[in-house]
Amino acid sequence: MADIQAGRLSSAELAENFADVHRPLDRAGALAEANRCYFCFEAPCVDACPTGIDIPGFIRAIATDNLGGAALTILKENIFGGSCARVCPTDILCQGACVRNVDGDGPLAIGLLQRHATDHLDPSVAHPFARAPETGKAVAVVGAGPAGLSCSHALARRGHNVVVFEARGKPGGLNEFGIAAYKLPDDFAQREVAFITAIGGIEIRYDQQAALDRLRQEFDAVFLGLGQGGVRDLDLPGADLQGVQNAVDYIAELRQADDLASLPIGASVVVIGGGNTAIDIAVQAKRLGAEDVTIAYRRGPEQMGATPHEQAFAQTNGVRIKHWLQPLRLEGDGGAVQAALFTSAQNGAEQSIPCDMVFKAVGQTCLPMADDDLQLADGRIAVDQDGRTSLPDVWAGGDCVAGEDLTVQAVQDGKRAARAIDLYLQDKKG
Amino acid sequence: MADLRCEIAGIKAPNPFWLASAPPTDKAYNVERAFKAGWGGAVWKTLGEDPPIVNTTSRYGAVAVNGQRMVGFNNIELITDRPLDVNLMEIKQIKRDWPDRAVLVSLMVPCEEAPWKKILAAVEDTGADGVELNFGCPHGMSERGMGSAVGQVPEYVEMVTRWCKAATRMPVFVKLTPNVTNIQAPARAAKAGGADAVSLINTVNSIVSVDLDSMAPTPTVDGKGSHGGYCGPAVKPIALHLVAQIARDPECAGMAISGIGGIETWRDSAEFIALGSHGIQVCTGAMHYGFKIVDDMIDGLNNWMDGKGYRRLADFHGAALANLVDWQDLNINAELVARIDQDKCIKCGLCHIACQDTAHQAIAVSGRGPARRFETIDAECVGCNLCAHVCPVEDCIAMTPVDNGKPYMNWTQDPRNPHASAAE
Ligand SMILES: Cc1cc2nc3c(=O)[nH]c(=O)nc-3n(C[C@H](O)[C@H](O)[C@H](O)COP(=O)(O)OP(=O)(O)OC[C@H]3O[C@@H](n4cnc5c(N)ncnc54)[C@H](O)[C@@H]3O)c2cc1C
Ligand SMILES: Cc1cc2nc3c(=O)[nH]c(=O)nc-3n(C[C@H](O)[C@H](O)[C@@H](O)COP(=O)(O)O)c2cc1C
Ligand code: SF4
Ligand code: SF4
Ligand code: SF4
Repeated sequence: MADIQAGRLSSAELAENFADVHRPLDRAGALAEANRCYFCFEAPCVDACPTGIDIPGFIRAIATDNLGGAALTILKENIFGGSCARVCPTDILCQGACVRNVDGDGPLAIGLLQRHATDHLDPSVAHPFARAPETGKAVAVVGAGPAGLSCSHALARRGHNVVVFEARGKPGGLNEFGIAAYKLPDDFAQREVAFITAIGGIEIRYDQQAALDRLRQEFDAVFLGLGQGGVRDLDLPGADLQGVQNAVDYIAELRQADDLASLPIGASVVVIGGGNTAIDIAVQAKRLGAEDVTIAYRRGPEQMGATPHEQAFAQTNGVRIKHWLQPLRLEGDGGAVQAALFTSAQNGAEQSIPCDMVFKAVGQTCLPMADDDLQLADGRIAVDQDGRTSLPDVWAGGDCVAGEDLTVQAVQDGKRAARAIDLYLQDKKG
Repeated sequence: MADLRCEIAGIKAPNPFWLASAPPTDKAYNVERAFKAGWGGAVWKTLGEDPPIVNTTSRYGAVAVNGQRMVGFNNIELITDRPLDVNLMEIKQIKRDWPDRAVLVSLMVPCEEAPWKKILAAVEDTGADGVELNFGCPHGMSERGMGSAVGQVPEYVEMVTRWCKAATRMPVFVKLTPNVTNIQAPARAAKAGGADAVSLINTVNSIVSVDLDSMAPTPTVDGKGSHGGYCGPAVKPIALHLVAQIARDPECAGMAISGIGGIETWRDSAEFIALGSHGIQVCTGAMHYGFKIVDDMIDGLNNWMDGKGYRRLADFHGAALANLVDWQDLNINAELVARIDQDKCIKCGLCHIACQDTAHQAIAVSGRGPARRFETIDAECVGCNLCAHVCPVEDCIAMTPVDNGKPYMNWTQDPRNPHASAAE
């Protein structure tokens, strides 16, 4: 019998396992860390941040106790600075480029400093950015994820009115439904959206399935921040057995659960995939109380989509990572999965891993809007440098276009498209 | 093992590391602990006339730089706040228990002969090795006509020193205030009065910070602040300069120097000795870390001296004075150029932006990302040293001599100097 149970751990244990994974810096810690920054000339860390935050600038502001200024320096380039500080894989972005990697002391903790600064911003005081005078233009944004809301905020700042069409009943995109719970604990995603929309001029409509041609008729321009609604299928014999699930669906459930003790999880869990989603589901399964969690990836550690930091994080959480395992089939008994079978990509030998649950984490796919006639490239919406699609009044960005599937990249895409849309609207008379 | 014994104005001590007159030498309890820890001598916290003065709370301010605490330190404390006879009794006991250590007593009484005579007789009775006349305290006591109010007037320095020399057989140290335009004036006055040694520096006039919420200088006493005395590592360069000015002055020759100001390590101490100090005194370093710092001062000085082949302090005493000259005697023809070690360079760009914005546009940047490269433009580099100071990587930028084949020429010989005496 498959061993799948809810409430493997006590509420107290669950609360601890899903609390903030990084302890925030206190003032003394932030000052000490900020003072390690060299204030580099044309700093390499800035080049490595997709949103181009003036990192030495905000770190210096922290060092001088100018926390309000530090927060604004960040938010000016990245309105999702709060969540990016928590979710960015900084080891391959800003921190990876910090010159202090080279001189021995280790890179600046840029993510933690960014969080220290943005946390300081008091949400009860007025929104820090003012809107330009109303332009009378209206833009439709599809998707209330990081890409859509970043674009919305930048457009609202420039005086345009924005209506956001969101398919789900809540805003935030994967910040609300996808990111690992311990990276964005509590209601951070919702508080951040409330902060962003407080600038005014942004209306979000929920449970929407808007058609692109209607939007193009009713609005002066359209931005698509659809994310990747589809999951790539893993065509394996036995994939329809009970206990076999898509990782992203389970994570969404976990993120929305009022009581983590209500989530059923297997005693033994196998995760198929090698990206950050695979890491996230594996670690969260472990933290829900699964006894034995194995990530099975078909290639080697260098090819894994998950960053080295994420791989190490999984391992310190007690997750086993097995490489060079090509999935063969899933076997079950009485309709429930019992084992995952693999062939070794190195010697062809078969290997069976007994399990009660299997999570598929082999990637997501873009689901373009129904009935649109947008050009695609490699399965995603084709765009130019500014994020403009094959339609002259439609832009797109975030996970639904080519590029890194990262929150910070989605924010940058939205910001960059807003700039282009603004120019387009200025040119478009009447 | 080098011989660290030191002798200043006839006073002997097992090593040159003494505690300066301050809270660390306020009472027998502290001095006892200091001597147990290994300090070679102590100058007792300044004694005055009874009734003792009264101190305020709080008393100390500090400057932290980039997270480094107490780089500068300041105080608005006065002299001892304990009765004279208690101090004298304790001094006597300490000197009896620690005969090999130097015990000096710092004194400050009104600027009249009788009180000085009286207190000197009392100190002599303790068996102390010498006295130090506190002409340096810049706050509080100076408002009462003592401390730096005396030290800033050479005539008073000479007069009081002469009274004291006449009244006691003990060696007399005169402690100088740095709050003067020319330190040689009070130093010469001390010499003229017969002083055996000068001790310097006392604290520098200062306000360490302003609390921008209460709009009061710190340290704050019931909402108000005052001018205080500054000390700690930040003042070391000032102290070195003043010590050297006296050491270089032929008119001060023969007078011993006890160097004080920002000393926390054996290296600081060695620098003072190399510029003419016969011994050194420490206050802030001990107040920051406790008496144990003397361990490494002794050990480090020993090891350094062994490495250099110096057997006793006299072997390097004043050794740097020969290389201290007036600006006009520096070699105008000496040329340096900055050389960047590309293997060590972490490509932070600090050298470039410092030179570009504020110096001579002599460090070129090329490429981006990992290909970024910083290189000196030799023709523009004036060898000023700025880049080497801003570079965060040790020994990454070397100021390298250029062999220009030119002989020594100083400014007095330079044809570009309108007042030059023609070179031979
Ligand atoms: C499990 C998981 C973990 C991740 N962890 C990290 C991480 O730690 N760090 C990191 O940087 N990135 C992480 N990512 C990636 C990151 O979440 C995404 O890159 C980012 O959210 C993309 O933003 P987006 O706005 O393009 O899309 P989404 O966040 O996916 O938002 C798209 C929004 O559009 C809505 N929508 C879609 N189609 C329609 C439609 N037709 N009509 C109306 N609304 C529609 C969706 O409901 C959704 O709200 C993770 C992703 C996953 C799946
Ligand atoms: C058809 C297909 C099958 C895949 N099968 C596996 C698999 O069996 N095991 C696995 O670890 N990843 C599998 N993946 C997913 C990817 O390897 C990986 O997890 C992903 O997110 C992209 O990174 P990649 O460049 O390593 O492929 C598959 C991807 C595709 C397109
Ligand atoms: S947004 Fe992300 S990549 Fe950019 S500086 Fe912040 S933590 Fe680094
Ligand atoms: S690279 Fe590192 S040291 Fe340089 S500015 Fe950026 S964070 Fe500071
Ligand atoms: S300051 Fe030093 S480390 Fe930085 S770029 Fe210049 S030479 Fe390189």
